[in-house]
Amino acid sequence: MKFSEEFEARFAEMVPHYPTKRSALVPTLLYAQDEVGFLSDEVIAELAGRLDLTELEVRNVISYYSMLTTKPRGKFNLQVCTNISCLVRGGEEILQHCAKKLGVGHKGTTPDGLFTLEEVECIGACSWAPAAQVNYDFHENLTTEKMDRVLDKCLAQAQEQLQRIKSVDSLADTLSQRSEG
Amino acid sequence: MADVTLTVDGKKVTAPAGTLLIEACKTVGIEVPSFCYYPNLSLQGACRMCLVKIEKMPKLQTACTTVISEGMIVTSDSEEIKQARKSMLEMLLGNHPLDCPVCDAGGECELQDMTFSYGAAESKFMEAKNHKDEQQWSPVVFFDRPRCILCYRCVRVCGEGMDVWALGVQNRGVSSIIAPNKEDHLECEECGMCIDICPVGALTSGAYRYKTRPWEMKHVGTICTHCGDGCKTTLGVRRADTGMEIVRGDNRDKSGTNGDFLCIKGRYAFDFANHEERLTQPLIRKEGKLTPATWEEAFQLIGKKFAEVRDRDGGSAIGVIGSTRTTNEESYLLSKFARMVLKTNNVDHHRTADFPAFAAALRGKADATASMADVFTAPAILLIGNDPTEQHPLLAWQIRNNVRLHRSRLYVINSQAIKLRRQATNFMQIPAGAEGKVAAFLAGDDAAADAIINSSSTKDQWNSLRDTLRGEQNLVIAFGSEILGSDLSSLVTFGSAIAGAKFVCLADYANSRGAADMGLYPDLLPGYHPISGSSEFHTEWGEIPQAAGLDLSGMVEAASTNKLKALYVVGSNPIGRLKIDSFAFSNSFVVVQDMFLTETAVVADVALPAANAYEKSGTFTNTCGDLQLVKKAGEVTGTKADFEMIVRIADAMGFDVRKLVPIGGGTHADMGQSRGAQSGEADRHAVWLEAHGLEPKLSPFDPMAILDEIQRLVPGYDVSRMNLLAGNSQHTSLAKAGPGVAHRPESISPANDTLFSSGTLGHYSRALKSVMESHEVKPAEVAAD
Amino acid sequence: MASLVSHPDEVKVVTRRFGLGATNIDRYLELDGYKAVQKALGMDADAIINEVKNSGLRGRGGAGFSTGMKWSFVPKQSAKPKYVLCNGDESEPGTCKDRLIFEHDPHAVIEGVMIGGLAVGARSGYIYIRGEYRYLSIIMQKAIRDAYAKGFLGKNIFGSGRDFDIYWHGGAGAYEVGEESALMESLEGKRGIPRIRPPFPAVVGLWGGPTVINNAETLASVPHIMLGGAEWYAKIGPPKNGGTRLFCLSGNVAKPGVYELPMGYSLKKMIYEVGGGIPNGRSLKAVVPGGSSTPCLTADEIDINMDFDSVAKAGSMLGSGGVVVLDDQQCIVKFALRTMKFYQHESCGWCIPCREGTDWLKKTLIRFHSGGGVKKDIDNMQYLSENMLGRTFCPLGDAAAMPTIAFVKKFRKEFEDHLDGRPCPYEKAGVAEEMEALSH
Ligand SMILES: Cc1cc2nc3c(=O)[nH]c(=O)nc-3n(C[C@H](O)[C@H](O)[C@H](O)COP(=O)(O)O)c2cc1C
Ligand code: SF4
Ligand code: SF4
Ligand code: SF4
Ligand code: SF4
Ligand code: FES
Ligand code: FES
Repeated sequence: MKFSEEFEARFAEMVPHYPTKRSALVPTLLYAQDEVGFLSDEVIAELAGRLDLTELEVRNVISYYSMLTTKPRGKFNLQVCTNISCLVRGGEEILQHCAKKLGVGHKGTTPDGLFTLEEVECIGACSWAPAAQVNYDFHENLTTEKMDRVLDKCLAQAQEQLQRIKSVDSLADTLSQRSEG
Repeated sequence: MADVTLTVDGKKVTAPAGTLLIEACKTVGIEVPSFCYYPNLSLQGACRMCLVKIEKMPKLQTACTTVISEGMIVTSDSEEIKQARKSMLEMLLGNHPLDCPVCDAGGECELQDMTFSYGAAESKFMEAKNHKDEQQWSPVVFFDRPRCILCYRCVRVCGEGMDVWALGVQNRGVSSIIAPNKEDHLECEECGMCIDICPVGALTSGAYRYKTRPWEMKHVGTICTHCGDGCKTTLGVRRADTGMEIVRGDNRDKSGTNGDFLCIKGRYAFDFANHEERLTQPLIRKEGKLTPATWEEAFQLIGKKFAEVRDRDGGSAIGVIGSTRTTNEESYLLSKFARMVLKTNNVDHHRTADFPAFAAALRGKADATASMADVFTAPAILLIGNDPTEQHPLLAWQIRNNVRLHRSRLYVINSQAIKLRRQATNFMQIPAGAEGKVAAFLAGDDAAADAIINSSSTKDQWNSLRDTLRGEQNLVIAFGSEILGSDLSSLVTFGSAIAGAKFVCLADYANSRGAADMGLYPDLLPGYHPISGSSEFHTEWGEIPQAAGLDLSGMVEAASTNKLKALYVVGSNPIGRLKIDSFAFSNSFVVVQDMFLTETAVVADVALPAANAYEKSGTFTNTCGDLQLVKKAGEVTGTKADFEMIVRIADAMGFDVRKLVPIGGGTHADMGQSRGAQSGEADRHAVWLEAHGLEPKLSPFDPMAILDEIQRLVPGYDVSRMNLLAGNSQHTSLAKAGPGVAHRPESISPANDTLFSSGTLGHYSRALKSVMESHEVKPAEVAAD
Repeated sequence: MASLVSHPDEVKVVTRRFGLGATNIDRYLELDGYKAVQKALGMDADAIINEVKNSGLRGRGGAGFSTGMKWSFVPKQSAKPKYVLCNGDESEPGTCKDRLIFEHDPHAVIEGVMIGGLAVGARSGYIYIRGEYRYLSIIMQKAIRDAYAKGFLGKNIFGSGRDFDIYWHGGAGAYEVGEESALMESLEGKRGIPRIRPPFPAVVGLWGGPTVINNAETLASVPHIMLGGAEWYAKIGPPKNGGTRLFCLSGNVAKPGVYELPMGYSLKKMIYEVGGGIPNGRSLKAVVPGGSSTPCLTADEIDINMDFDSVAKAGSMLGSGGVVVLDDQQCIVKFALRTMKFYQHESCGWCIPCREGTDWLKKTLIRFHSGGGVKKDIDNMQYLSENMLGRTFCPLGDAAAMPTIAFVKKFRKEFEDHLDGRPCPYEKAGVAEEMEALSH
């Protein structure tokens, strides 16, 4: 299976940092997930092979860590903290707001595959509560309005990308039409 | 190690330094409750049932992880401790289905027992329990998640004990679950160790599920009938229409060398016994067809025919093929019957190892064979050839766990990358067929090196391996059937230079060693005494035909030229297993004693329904030479033990069975008449019996009478009867065996059984069949056997 | 990026370089960077350990164990390599200080790890950063690279003839992995299940080698102690509680934020002066003084000094420095429920009392909070928590039990107010049900 060059470079750099191969497993899984979107059977088999582990061992590790998933997620993983500091400052309202707006519940993904919503534990933003992460980006001192702006930005970003893909597609179409004609 | 003294509940306890507190408590009868602790598996500290109070420690401590120290003062039972244990159970039971009345473990469940002891049955929780449906992971392994208490015993026994690592823990927290890869099915060695070790009814076996309850079974401790390792097994039997049915096999009482180990065959493949194709009445060929007949009719016919052939064509026109799965008593009796009654030396069995060469090489060497127990404790082991994981599962278990628990050094030399290489300090791969050359090289023949070096090894490596081995002490050398004849003696020469070295010659089938020791050979009597020489058997058995008889292939050849007029096959399937043409014996009168209409039985003129080793008593000798008692557990109406059938045939031939089976009062009864030609011999038997505090046996069908004779006459079998009867294995020695005879290498053909096959028996085991199908492995072609 | 705050009562030691661009190694050097480690290179190991011992520095990860003492437990001789491990898994609810340290002063952590290494004779160190802090791991990886480039790490550091390597390592979401032995398991590529002790990490740790593990704040304090001296540092706080502490003030205060205050600072002042008091005209109901694992204090109990010993005397713990303030509109049952939900979610599941106990407590609290509670539930919750306490395999079980016992004991009346189908007095109608449907 093929990973990006960046992944390969990181992997190659990381493994020699440890006296045992498998030590690189947890961070590697996260990087692989960032790239593929989730930890597919193929990724699991590949990494198990590289690190001299059984697939079962890799699965046992994956299923332990809450950030790792074997199921596809939305492009934007919206993680809303409702833990104590956020709770007392309205974290739950933020979560409910997102749920309503996106029409999904905890760990639900919107039909367009753009958003996954997740209620998460403390993300280390307690003094700036309530807080959420979109993928790895922190959003703090949230209000519902601020949350809306964050979601809008995500949408805009997705649309822009879509536009780009479309134009590439249409370019490809034109090119292929030309070569056919 | 130095001893440490501590106090537990006011009692002084002394144990070696390094002992775990929970074990030290056991030595003075204090049973600290535990779920996750299991001797010889890694420590967990997970269930918190073993909490005890140790003075000067602020919190309760787990006895299963605490190493004892001098002057430690421990309380194992107090209100605080009781409460701690009770609350653990309450928390567990909150999520436990409490379906004990239908649970397979009901009655022998550790959770149930513990709940009873600590009075935790009343539920404090109103919440719904977490539910999940039962899963089937393999033909033999079922998992009922809600019953699981996460003691991780199954995970460890599979990984650490079996080196299979098929089970793991998925998820975390209360969602933690024991699971195989992908959570739905197992592809493993199907040993059932995980099921056996499960303290509750979470893992259950396909074979036993819902069949019966523990208290409805009778339990009989006997020996597994499959491979040559001789695992002790406790069979659970219950009454069935056809007699007594075996429903479960395990060794929970850890009574044998195997502890609680059994492989799939020992644990589940007893089901051949209740296969619907079992023969349950004698069959006689009438008008070309095998037709039911009475026992009387059958014995009369056989007696008449055998006597006819013997008297007309001489004993040499009769062939006898014995079994590798009958008891020592039966093999001995058959060997004796052939010589004394049939007057033939045409005696053989399916040979899978060169025991005569082995005996010859070890002649005069005391303590030169290793017992199965030695394999678990030896500081170093050399394994040449064979794949014990497949062919000798117990031996493999002993080796693996010796390496894991005692850091034994394992040297593996094999043409394949066998699984035990994972435990090896040193693994050398050799070209196929070069095992014999390895023996020669080790014994000092440097020229042999060329044949064993391949791309993966250098001459230097071999030299240094040989030096290392020479430097070992108490080395156990185990080798497969690849090493025979003169190679075998080279290997013994090499090993004998190593202080304390001991050997194991690996043979297939449950009692191959017994068949060999009891003289099922054309040229050897029991104890490897050549037929042509002189031995106690010559004197005691009386007139024995002097010329060596035909071996199996000789018999086939003789049959083809019409010189073999009769063939007596006892518990063997040469046509099915040895690629013998099914028409080979069409001109002979063939009698077959077997459980099924095997490839051999279908060509018989008389087929007699035989009981198997789970259905009779006697002794087995495992491949190491450990003698063990076999006890009757199951019963299928209409069958007879081979022992009885042999005696009945002798009787039908007009032979005085007292000469065959030493029964009766000896000295006081028939002075010198009952056994052998020479008068006064009965005295010897009687004298021996008396000296050993044994009573003369009364029935001609009592195998113990033959055991008496075996113990008296067969070299190395004079072990403690008391220990044998107590269910312990008794190692026999070859030091005083006869000189043996050299055999052709082709006369030996290994069974090539895998973990999931067991010669002809395997074909009749549903458990093995279903496992093979689920593994999508084709059964080993009816291969060389 | 998290915003910074300040207050005149702050004593800036660890936060000295915050906001000054010290992630840049040259800037860091201008701000006295890498001087401490060079000083340590000139000292013998025992002298370093003594300096740290005398400074009164106690672990900032939660347990508050003397750092110098911990270092002294590492055997001088060892067949296996020794390691220094920086615990940057920061996951205790209410705690967000290590994040700031990594963000503003990564080199201080590196320097701390190096000094720890010199003290115990280790030649390599690992900095473990929780997976959610991706941007911090990027900052840290760059800092490490820069330090190598300057020859501060690697072979022959600072021309001393000694070698030292530091590697970054990342988590992937698990609170329990912050526990020291579980962290080692995680670093070794395994599930974060804690290890049996003894042996303790100082003797058998990472890959079987003797290992010192310290919190990021603890390690970031060390260079300042080396430069300022043990005596100076010790004197900032009361006896046996040296130095400063990063308090993460959160919840219902006017000015939440991370403040570096001297050890022993008054909790009352922290809430009302530093934090600007309770906003919206409300009053104080309770404070969780040291992260979610620490038993709460009621409004009457806040007249205490925030150092390890004083808070312990008040029946709670200084913990990880997360001070969570609750005003009178907060429902204690709800708060207890959210706390338990966390521990139930984060329990590694290894041992019975924690795995099953947190699950029962969570289930009971959910039902209880949504009006299905019966009287015996209150006693049952206390019974369960008390039977978990001190009996679990690792301290997470205690961390779940202790706050619960305090909530039930100190706010029994509030629990009783939820009985007999009465809806939560603090909850807007329907919100609880909605949350239940939404939650994990
Ligand atoms: C469940 C649990 C979670 C913990 N999480 C952290 C953590 O995130 N960061 C941390 O520094 N220490 C954490 N600790 C404490 C560590 O086990 C350890 O005591 C600490 O890293 C030692 O560093 P210190 O002596 O500098 O405090 C945790 C402990 C437990 C029991
Ligand atoms: S049956 Fe044996 S090999 Fe298979 S999972 Fe169980 S213990 Fe492991
Ligand atoms: S399945 Fe049985 S042996 Fe395995 S963890 Fe569960 S209770 Fe223990
Ligand atoms: S190892 Fe051999 S003797 Fe033991 S159970 Fe398996 S087949 Fe039977
Ligand atoms: S207390 Fe037990 S279950 Fe809880 S986190 Fe620790 S080891 Fe895991
Ligand atoms: S409680 Fe939400 S970020 Fe800490
Ligand atoms: S037996 Fe000691 S903790 Fe399980």
